[in-house]
Amino acid sequence: MLDFEALTKSSGEWLKGVGPESDVVVSSRIRLARNLDRFPFPPQTTDAIRGEVEAVLRGPVVEVLPPGSMGYVRVDPLETLDRQFLVERQLISREHSEAKGPRGAGIGPQESMSLMVNEEDHLRMQVLRSGLALDECWQEINRIDDELQQQVNFAFNEEFGYLTSCPTNVGTGMRVSVMLHLPALVMTKEIQKVFQSMHKMSLAVRGLYGEGSQAMGDFYQISNQMTLGKSEQQIIKSMQQVIPDVLEYERRTRREMVKENRSKLHDKVSRALGILQSARTITSEETMHLLSSLRLGINLGLIDGIEIPTINELFIHTQPAHLQKLSGTPMESSDRNAARASHIRLRLAPVEPTSEGA
Amino acid sequence: MSRTRLTRDDTMKKCMRCTKPATLHITEIQLGQAQVVHLCETCAQKYLSSTEVGGMPSMQMEDDEAVSESEAEGAALAAEEVEEDSPEVSCGGCGITFKQFRSVGRLGCPQCYTSFHDDLQSLLESIHQDTQHVGKCPPQTSANTLRHHELMRLRSELKASIERENYEEAARIRDQIQVIEAQAASSGESPAE
Ligand SMILES: [Zn+2]
Ligand SMILES: [Zn+2]
Repeated sequence: MLDFEALTKSSGEWLKGVGPESDVVVSSRIRLARNLDRFPFPPQTTDAIRGEVEAVLRGPVVEVLPPGSMGYVRVDPLETLDRQFLVERQLISREHSEAKGPRGAGIGPQESMSLMVNEEDHLRMQVLRSGLALDECWQEINRIDDELQQQVNFAFNEEFGYLTSCPTNVGTGMRVSVMLHLPALVMTKEIQKVFQSMHKMSLAVRGLYGEGSQAMGDFYQISNQMTLGKSEQQIIKSMQQVIPDVLEYERRTRREMVKENRSKLHDKVSRALGILQSARTITSEETMHLLSSLRLGINLGLIDGIEIPTINELFIHTQPAHLQKLSGTPMESSDRNAARASHIRLRLAPVEPTSEGA
Repeated sequence: MSRTRLTRDDTMKKCMRCTKPATLHITEIQLGQAQVVHLCETCAQKYLSSTEVGGMPSMQMEDDEAVSESEAEGAALAAEEVEEDSPEVSCGGCGITFKQFRSVGRLGCPQCYTSFHDDLQSLLESIHQDTQHVGKCPPQTSANTLRHHELMRLRSELKASIERENYEEAARIRDQIQVIEAQAASSGESPAE
C-alpha cells in the first residue's frame, strides 16, 4: 500500500535537480501505451470489464516493480484530494485520476516509475529521470515492457504495431518528453522561434502547469507526436538531436542577458526571493513565476545559499493538494494562499544575498 | 562489411546517366568484381535510392516508381471518397461504427484496427505520415516479420540520408539493406524460427 504520509514529506528522485544538463533540463520521461489483446479499451467499456482488466494486470504489474518500489495502489477508491495529490506528483495522469471504474497504479522506487492500469489504455507505463537521460529511461521502460510481455499478450498487429485506444499513440505507443526550464527565451520572447522549429520537426511543445497555452513558471515540455513508422531508437535519437540546440539557445540568451543587463537581472531575481521570503498570501500562479526567476538566479550564480532541489520541491509542494495534505485539512483557495506563503517562508528562510557587483 | 565505396571529387568524367559532370564515384563490389559508377549528384540520389542488388538501376525501374507513386495518390483520394459515404460498418469486437469513433476520438477495442482498416490507414497517414510499424515487436514475432520491419526502417533512413545529401551514410545503409535482402532470399522467406 502507498504511504501517503511519507510521500507528502518527501520528493521524487527526478526532482533532485542533478543529472546531465540540469541547468535547463528538469527531467526526462518515456511512456509506453499497451493494451491486452482480448479486452475492449477502458474508455469504451463497462466497470465489470475494467474490473477484469485490473485483475489480469495487477499481478504482473506488482511483479515487475523493481525492489524498493512504493507499491500498487487502487486509484478508484481514493478521495479526490489523494488522487489530485498523485497528479501533482506526476505519479498518475490527470486522465487517470478522472477516469471511470476499477483502476490502479504501481509506483516504482523513488517515484521514478509508474504503471497505470486502466488509464486511456489498459496499461500506461512511464519512467522519469532528472536531467537529460533518455537512454536510461528507455533501457528501464524497455526492460519492464519485456518482463511484462513474458506474462501477458499485448494487442499488436504487424502493420500498425501496438494497438492503442487513440490512433495518435499506435505503433510504438511511445511518448518521449523532456521538461525544460526556459526563462531567458521566454523573457526575450525568443521562445516563439523554438515553438516554430519544434513544430516543423513534428514535436509538440506544451507548458507544464496551468491551463491553456500560457506556461506557468517558464517550464516547457517537448515531446514527439508521431509514434508510427519510426523505431523507438529513431524517435529517441531525433529528440537527442534537437534538444541540445534548444539548451544552447537558452544558455546563450542567459549569458547575453547577464552581459547586457546584469544589475537589472540581479534586481529581478533578488526581488523574487524577497517576495517569496516575506509574502503572507500568494497564489499558485505568482509562486510559479517567482520560483522560476529564483531558479534562474541560482543557475546564474546571482543567488547563493539555496539549492535547486529546494526550488524543484517547492514547485510541487505548493500546489493545492500538497498544501492540504501537508496541513492535514481541506482548505479553500484563500486559506491555501496563506498556507502556501507560510510554507515557502519556512523553506526559504533568509540567506545572505550575493554582494552587489560580484 | 561494406560492399559499396563512395568517393567524391571533380574529375573530368561525365555522369553515366546524363551529360553533367560526375562528382560521385560509387564502387560496387559484387562476386569479387568491382564496378565503378560515375554519377552527378542528381543521378547519384536516384541511384542510391534504388536498393536493387546488381548494379545500375534501369530506366524501366524509374518508370515503375513513377507509376506506383501516382497510383498511391489515387488510392489515397479514393479512400477519402469512401470515407464520405461509406455504409455504417460496425466493429465485430466492440460494436462501434467508424462515425462513432470519429465523434469520440477513441477506438473501442484492438479489433477496430482490422474492422476499420482502410479508413484508419488514411487517418494514420495524416497523423504519423506513415502507416507501417517498424519498432519493437512482441517476443513471439517471427524472424521474417522482424526482417521486414528492419528493411522498412532502413529504407526510410536511406531516404532521409539522401534528403540530407549524406551520401556516405546512404551507401552504408544501402549495403545493410542488401545484406538483409540476401538473408531473406537465402532463408526462402520461410516462416522458420
Ligand atoms: Zn547525371
Ligand atoms: Zn472494436
